[in-house]
Amino acid sequence: MVPGKLPYWAENILLPILNLMAALLVSALVIWGLGEDPFLAMALIFEGAFGFEEAISYTLYYATNFIFTGLAVSLAFHAGHFNIGGEGQAMIGGLGLTLAVFMIGDTFPVLAVVCAIAGAALFGAAWAYIPAYLQAKRGSHIVITTIMFNFIASAFLAYMLVGPLQRPGGQMPESRDFPEGAVLTPLNELMAAVGWSFEEGPMNVSLLIALFCAWGVWFLLWRTRFGYELRVTGQNKNAAEFAGISVPRMTIIALMLSGALAGMMGLNELLGEQHRLLGNFTLGYGFVGIAVAFMGRNHPVGIILAAVLFGALYQGGAELAFEMPTITRDLIVMIQGLVILFAGAMEHMFRKPLTALFMRFPKREAV
Amino acid sequence: MEFFADLVLLVDSTLRIATPLILTALAGLVAERAGIVDIGLEGKILASAFAAGATAAVTGSPWLGLIAGIMSSLALSMLHAYVSISQRGNQIVSGMAINIAVAGAAPTLANFWFKKGGQTPLLNDESRFSALELPFSDFLADTPFVGPLYSDIISGHNLITYLTVLAVPAVAWMLYRTRFGLRLRAVGENPSAVDTAGISVSALRYQAMIIAGILCGFAGTVLSTGLGAGFIRDMSAGKGYLALAAMIFGKWKPVPTLLACLLFGFVDALQGRLQGIELPLIGEIPVQFTIMLPYILTVIILAGFVGRIQAPRASGIPYEKDH
Repeated sequence: MVPGKLPYWAENILLPILNLMAALLVSALVIWGLGEDPFLAMALIFEGAFGFEEAISYTLYYATNFIFTGLAVSLAFHAGHFNIGGEGQAMIGGLGLTLAVFMIGDTFPVLAVVCAIAGAALFGAAWAYIPAYLQAKRGSHIVITTIMFNFIASAFLAYMLVGPLQRPGGQMPESRDFPEGAVLTPLNELMAAVGWSFEEGPMNVSLLIALFCAWGVWFLLWRTRFGYELRVTGQNKNAAEFAGISVPRMTIIALMLSGALAGMMGLNELLGEQHRLLGNFTLGYGFVGIAVAFMGRNHPVGIILAAVLFGALYQGGAELAFEMPTITRDLIVMIQGLVILFAGAMEHMFRKPLTALFMRFPKREAV
Repeated sequence: MEFFADLVLLVDSTLRIATPLILTALAGLVAERAGIVDIGLEGKILASAFAAGATAAVTGSPWLGLIAGIMSSLALSMLHAYVSISQRGNQIVSGMAINIAVAGAAPTLANFWFKKGGQTPLLNDESRFSALELPFSDFLADTPFVGPLYSDIISGHNLITYLTVLAVPAVAWMLYRTRFGLRLRAVGENPSAVDTAGISVSALRYQAMIIAGILCGFAGTVLSTGLGAGFIRDMSAGKGYLALAAMIFGKWKPVPTLLACLLFGFVDALQGRLQGIELPLIGEIPVQFTIMLPYILTVIILAGFVGRIQAPRASGIPYEKDH
């Protein structure tokens, strides 16, 4: 065993679990401080996330959002950039999706779904294009510009939903319902078709699309020349330039792909479940994508696992808020923050003690 | 004359809006000059706004509120420092985590203690940093030109706004005229040189984060006990991010950063005034578009006027000693 190196399973499974435990420990202390039983709370979260079929459906439904946004952050990160604009790209992607549905959904519902998927990806990519261009050509700090574009997207969506797109006669910031048929099928219906009866829930075909995207990102990054160039750009810009890779072009393409992935989050939320466009439907999923990407070690498989974890936290947290009156959705937001802190930012915390521990038992690792 | 009165009001609200922005931007500046990227400014001002609002509501003293605000911001600053310096974690992830955790924790605690749906109780004038009337402002108020200038613009701000005016030269002096400032700038540009000179990189960066924490504490406190009267949900409303943009626009230098903050403050004040007003040719601008104005301006400024600039060279990169 190389000194200071952990075995693969410890690095990629044990460490994330330890980090997660630390975050949950702090969360438990807060719950205890609020006068509730932390063990009961944790049990409720787990039960609420995995305890029954509908719960699993919700968990995987939320996880779908996180797969999209996690992949988005990760793809940009492999190219050496921080895309904090997933939130805004998802909003504008949702807008593109809605426009496609309303344009042809009444006459060709099935074609509308295809166009909506393309619309979500295209609008998301377009919203990422401007910050990407500014980063590549003008050197404008992408972290700041994407955050600004989140605010602009949010205001623009609000305008569209109290203006041109508002449900006729409605008061809420939401559009009219999507036409019948121009939606993505719930997965339980598909499963019933193959003879597997599963309780009704919001989980829908978007999950399969998200998993396909995860495979696509893996294939692109590790099995194509383009992906190799992208990763080289992210690792070392000078080396990339020296090898004849156009760094600005790579930056723009990587960030647009990232924006497209973030934009597709709307497939799950809007086309799969809500069946209408809502103001601020993104609910911070874009930001959590950062944590998902980091916790998943920026690998699609890891991202899927981390997305399920955050999906469970969302769904279990909602159940918990329902069961315990002092605990609100805000507390769940805080727990997410703690998970991001421990699993994303403090990922090295347990590495040293763990490495020391492994060094004490070298025999079992001997060839 | 009406235009002049409008302008006076506009300048007055510019100063008010710019106060937390300037303090936050200075905090970001000190941190980045020492090599720590601090996206968590937003969370820090939100936390201190809550702590100050809650403490002032319970004790009735804005001073105790200020202390609570500074302590909470300082605690988060030390957490970020620990993650960035000692753990060598990713600084942007750490900052985002702090922002998200605080956005959840502050309303949770507010709800737990005050049961007002995530707010703190409304503060009365005694428990706030309310407007201070400078001497002679009554006396001069009716004098043409000088009157509005002195009584409306210079007089009538809260204490922290006046302190902010002092904070800019103080930070500039610290950075450029003291040995500590020289070392601080060096540690953000070339930490290994500082290390070779036998000065602790970690200690310097921790000290910078202490300063940043204190400055953010003032910024948050002024939000809930100076400009507002109590903490409300999402009170910071992106000011931490705007401050970072102002700092970049100001090229990591105190005085240009101050000017950038004033510009942002002015645009924000202007968008407030534009709401519901009919403009010639364009007509009334929808409120959502006026809200966008500061953000669009930030992007334009970053892209058009700032261009490619050099951040402190070591900012965002954890320092690892060669063994």
